[in-house]
Amino acid sequence: MPRYTLTVNGQKRAVDVAADTPLLWVLRDTLGLTGTKYGCGQSLCGACTVHLDGEPIRSCVTTVADAASGGITTIEGLAADPNHPIRKAWIAEDVPQCGYCQPGMIMAAAALLAKNTKPKDGDIDAALSGHICRCGTYQRIRRAVHRAARSLTAPFGRRPGAAGPTARPPASPTDGGGR
Amino acid sequence: MNRDVIVNLSGAAPGGAAPGTGLSRRDLLRLVPAAAAGLVLGVRLTPAAPAAAGAASLAPNAFVQIDVGGAVTLWVPKSEMGQGVRTALPMILAEEIGAEWGKVTVEQAWLDPRFGDLDTGGSTSVRTSWDPLRKAGAAARAMLLQAASTRMQLPAAVLSVAGGRVIHQRSGRQVPFSDLVADAAALPVPADPPLKDPKDYTIVGRPLLRTDTPAKTDGRAIYGIDVSVPGMLHAAVVLPPTFGATPEGFDDEKTRRVPGVRAVVPFSRGFAVIAESTWAAFKGRDALVARFKESGRPPESSADLRRRCEAALGADGKVLRNDGDTAAALKTAAKRVEATYEIPFQAHAAMEPTNATAEVKDGRCTIWAPAQTPSWALEELKRVTGLPAEAIRINITFLGGGFGRRINPDFIIDAAEIATAAGAPVKMLWSREQDLQHDYYRPFAMHRLAAGIEADGRIAAWSHHFASTSISAFYDPATKEPESDEIGGAADVPWPIPNVRVTYKPVDSPVPRGWWRSVDSSGNAFVVESFLDEVAAAAGKDPLRLRQELLRDPRRITYPNRAFIQDTTRLKGVIDLLAEKTPWGGPLGPGMGRGVAAHYSFQSYCAMAAEVEADGRGGVRVHRVVCAVDCGRVVHPGLVAAQMESAVVFALSAAVRGAITIDGSRVNEKNFDSYDLLRIDAMPTVETHIVPSTAPPTGVGEPGVPVVAPAVFNALFAATGKRIRRLPLQRGDLKPA
Repeated sequence: MPRYTLTVNGQKRAVDVAADTPLLWVLRDTLGLTGTKYGCGQSLCGACTVHLDGEPIRSCVTTVADAASGGITTIEGLAADPNHPIRKAWIAEDVPQCGYCQPGMIMAAAALLAKNTKPKDGDIDAALSGHICRCGTYQRIRRAVHRAARSLTAPFGRRPGAAGPTARPPASPTDGGGR
Repeated sequence: MNRDVIVNLSGAAPGGAAPGTGLSRRDLLRLVPAAAAGLVLGVRLTPAAPAAAGAASLAPNAFVQIDVGGAVTLWVPKSEMGQGVRTALPMILAEEIGAEWGKVTVEQAWLDPRFGDLDTGGSTSVRTSWDPLRKAGAAARAMLLQAASTRMQLPAAVLSVAGGRVIHQRSGRQVPFSDLVADAAALPVPADPPLKDPKDYTIVGRPLLRTDTPAKTDGRAIYGIDVSVPGMLHAAVVLPPTFGATPEGFDDEKTRRVPGVRAVVPFSRGFAVIAESTWAAFKGRDALVARFKESGRPPESSADLRRRCEAALGADGKVLRNDGDTAAALKTAAKRVEATYEIPFQAHAAMEPTNATAEVKDGRCTIWAPAQTPSWALEELKRVTGLPAEAIRINITFLGGGFGRRINPDFIIDAAEIATAAGAPVKMLWSREQDLQHDYYRPFAMHRLAAGIEADGRIAAWSHHFASTSISAFYDPATKEPESDEIGGAADVPWPIPNVRVTYKPVDSPVPRGWWRSVDSSGNAFVVESFLDEVAAAAGKDPLRLRQELLRDPRRITYPNRAFIQDTTRLKGVIDLLAEKTPWGGPLGPGMGRGVAAHYSFQSYCAMAAEVEADGRGGVRVHRVVCAVDCGRVVHPGLVAAQMESAVVFALSAAVRGAITIDGSRVNEKNFDSYDLLRIDAMPTVETHIVPSTAPPTGVGEPGVPVVAPAVFNALFAATGKRIRRLPLQRGDLKPA
């Protein structure tokens, strides 16, 4: 099998896979990065969305050969920053239900906010309407994108939601299951 | 006036039909005899024996463990499929223990008698876990209090527990759990520990952050599809191309040429390609030439099924309810309203495609699966592996959605058979196409209704005859009660109408049917609440005021052999709250209409008001949905709101997007292009209002679903004068006649 050298989350990774292998399965099966999900295999649901050179792409229809040229970022790479404003907003708004579509949603939202720091609902809908959330978290996704946008644009030290009294406890339990 | 109404479900055997309860437990019991004992109470509380002195942890039962360092670990005996059990259930435990919420660790239980059956469905998780988990937590608290009482030389009655400490309020003395665990563990586990007074709750009732969000936003959460075990191979399958076809043989010449393919193995209902990666398995599957034997039944199609349902509407059905003389009252009524409704098959379409991982070796079977009903899977696994229950371990992963699909154990059995044949651990994954085409669908149904209205506007008669591809008849063709999972919301209409007749006729079909989020109520509430709207229009009454008027006098609807009742005071309560919060009669934008529906299901009460407009392209734009819900005491108001939002999206997809259709005994829809689901650009604003209550908590996973379609289409009628009687909305439905 041919060898490809991918740049994933800033690291060079060599993989020996068939040339027609979708990036999705290289990430999941070969590199063990299972945060990126298989939903439809035809670019219809967005669950497999990752960034290629900062652009959101569907890894289920992007071959490894096509992905080898650029820098790939997955949900694991985005979340390596524990203070990433999008993740923090997703947590604060209790967005995920089953959560399966959320890595794709977050990657698409991150790409949107990189270009548009003050998106309106219509901008969010346009950026995410290629995605499906069967649990129906869309309303909270909109809220979380707005929250993340506010924290990205607020002056330093005055991030809305980061200070002031809160009805919520400071810490959440650890979910130790699922591994 | 307080009238008790018993819904006369004639022919229903003891333990019989359970309108609005979702799963027909009776049918499940028939399939799962050995698990029957555990199904009565989903969560079983078996006190542990006292530990030896100096034990490393306090573990009074399977759900709670407090180690000597004070760390609290709580086990969740239900499947997390998005509904929030990994937050709500530990909250119940932590509350009763007096643990510090931010420091507990939440773990998923596996199938083990100590945890109960783990069955997750029928909106039962909080309802059936509430008492046992409160007791489980209270046992730990009682033991810690007793140990502290000895240590502090104070009576237990003057001590309290909060934030992971035992506290003497008057002196301010405190002892952390870590100092008490060893002593507490040596005490006997109390069988009936006192429960906290709800007025002292500091955790239950609060909108705490979900425990599972961090792992669901950084890629760490492990769903079934993410399981990896040493030596694991990947399996893709070829399933029967038509309903009822059985595997005959295959030609794997091309498959064997795919790099990474190891083998092709047959299993009971198909063939599996075993490979070193998912992609190799998928390619090998697509290259496999598989032969199946057709069932020999006439080919099924949606058109033919519709004709058979229409014929069934013209035939007599089984009488489910017969109050007064409906035929006579319809004849003499001043006005008569009639309508026929149709509901298509729907798929569950959970975002995580069907999968399971199995390892069968050395006399043991281990499963990792996104399962809703592992107790059913266990019975099937005993049969196919020949192993005793003790040799079978079923681990539950996160579920990428469930909605009732993963109640069925079919995929787990497939994986176990394939792993046995492969001689290695195997992860079996279906394609999206297979997931949509090999589901257990929400039944196809047709309904014919008639109502008689008196000159003064009173409803004198309500006649409802319907036909569907029965769920219970699919699982047990010999069943005497094919209506058992079809009648919730139809036979138990709660209004004081003197003449009510409800009849049902099952229609045979080879299309698999199953429990689809809110089951019978999902379709029946659309029919009944839409038809009530038709009656209101015919009687010249406001649809919400008519509902309030019908529920003015309290009634209690009871169900044979069931402990629960439908209390119409609570149903009216959600309608009243909805009227206030919407507000009903408030201003609306031009071209918009407002509609209402209210329904009792799964022991909860839900009403919704929808505000919609026709979008001018044959579709409907839903702008706003207001929900009012009474689910008893609320463990977590944010989770209740999330389930209402979820219900709106799930039910709107079925109302205005795709349907499953059949031709040539196979499903036509293949992927999300032909079976589209609601996307973010069609998301309405959803507001949830909860009726304050101290009644025992009931579920919210399903009760929002039934009222969405009728509220939306009643609103569309208000906006356009067009009545939608067939789901989903078709492009031509809103064209001028």
